[in-house]
Amino acid sequence: MKNIKELLSEHEFFKGLSDEQIEIMAGCGSNVHFKKGETVFQQGREANYFFVVRQGSVALDIDGAERGIIRIQTVEDGDILGWSWLIPPHIWNFTAIAAEDTSTTALDGKCLREKCEKDHELGYALLKRFSTVLAKRLEWTRIQLLDVYGAHT
Amino acid sequence: MNKDSSNDMMPQKFYVDSNREETHDTFTLYLSPEDSSKKFHFEPGQFNMLYGFGVGEVPISISGDTSSPGTLIHTIREVGAVTKALCKLKQGDYVGVRGPFGSSWPVEKAFGKDVVVITGGIGLAPLRPAIYQILAQRNDFRHVVILYGARNPQDILYRKMIVKWRAHLDLQVRVTVDQADKEWYGTVGVVTKLISKARFDPGNTVALVCGPEIMMRFTIKELQKIGIEEEDIYVSMERNMKCAIGFCGHCQYGPKFICKDGPVFSFDQIRDLFRVREI
Repeated sequence: MKNIKELLSEHEFFKGLSDEQIEIMAGCGSNVHFKKGETVFQQGREANYFFVVRQGSVALDIDGAERGIIRIQTVEDGDILGWSWLIPPHIWNFTAIAAEDTSTTALDGKCLREKCEKDHELGYALLKRFSTVLAKRLEWTRIQLLDVYGAHT
Repeated sequence: MNKDSSNDMMPQKFYVDSNREETHDTFTLYLSPEDSSKKFHFEPGQFNMLYGFGVGEVPISISGDTSSPGTLIHTIREVGAVTKALCKLKQGDYVGVRGPFGSSWPVEKAFGKDVVVITGGIGLAPLRPAIYQILAQRNDFRHVVILYGARNPQDILYRKMIVKWRAHLDLQVRVTVDQADKEWYGTVGVVTKLISKARFDPGNTVALVCGPEIMMRFTIKELQKIGIEEEDIYVSMERNMKCAIGFCGHCQYGPKFICKDGPVFSFDQIRDLFRVREI
């Protein structure tokens, strides 16, 4: 079975990080499994982790008040889940539920924030990678907002 | 039915075998020619002009199987006066049919290659005949990928058929919806996000794309980013077709007529027009 450092170094998201940086990241990591339907994190709670989804799928839900729970996205094998750990006030914007049995590597955001404050090169390298994830999610969200399959088409 | 080109403007009488509800605003008409000995031959991606007697005529893609020319199948979204009238048709009612018209999906161009079908909403209907052909000749292709996006789980078209396709071990079939409630455990997100998850060789792939124009624009961008050539990307364009034979100009798209030169184009044929607003 691969250790966390090996798992991270093989992942596209961490490509280009130095061996030492991966080592630091791995020091903040642990493997976590979620059963289908289990809560990964909850909207409004403190965001202290992000997850590398190794296998399975996680659904992101938003509480739409009178509209009930709205499922806005799923994150699956190979994807990165969670960026609120990086951006103050470090509170989850959505609730994440395992849509199937899911294996992840969880990275402790509190631990990483401390390391990034001390090591700005690591901080910049991580920020660059998360910016790419955020930009992609923003593009997808904009397309979703267009409601392209709505009756107006 | 053997097409008489001198008679392209004359609708033929077909009767309704059945009218099945697909989603809350979409239905499928199963039609037979008045003379049951006649067959209706068409190519995947072609369309017919359907005439609701006393109401008007609309262009509708053919969504049946080219190898079953005895029944003509059209999946229609109820959006205007004519489609609303067609929606009300019952078994035994009559409808006028002109066609088939237009260009077709070049399924044979993908022989020996990977084929990726990307579609959204009712865009699955014009692609279904191509999917039937691909499945009937499965061994002539390498990877076969079908990616489908819908507005929500209730709007998924041909749900039973998709479930059957997903059971094929040699097909990659993925469905995503733009939005769902918590009872949906499938994929949520735009159809373009499925592209990077599918297994195929972009350098040896033919892509067939059909859906709302905005969806196609983002899909093409994604396909080009991973290295699929413009001439290997095919799209089906939709415009207000009236005569369907290139006379009236209603469906003019720059120097092209969608009804006659299209509706299926390779992207390199229309690249410059595709980026122009209100054309």
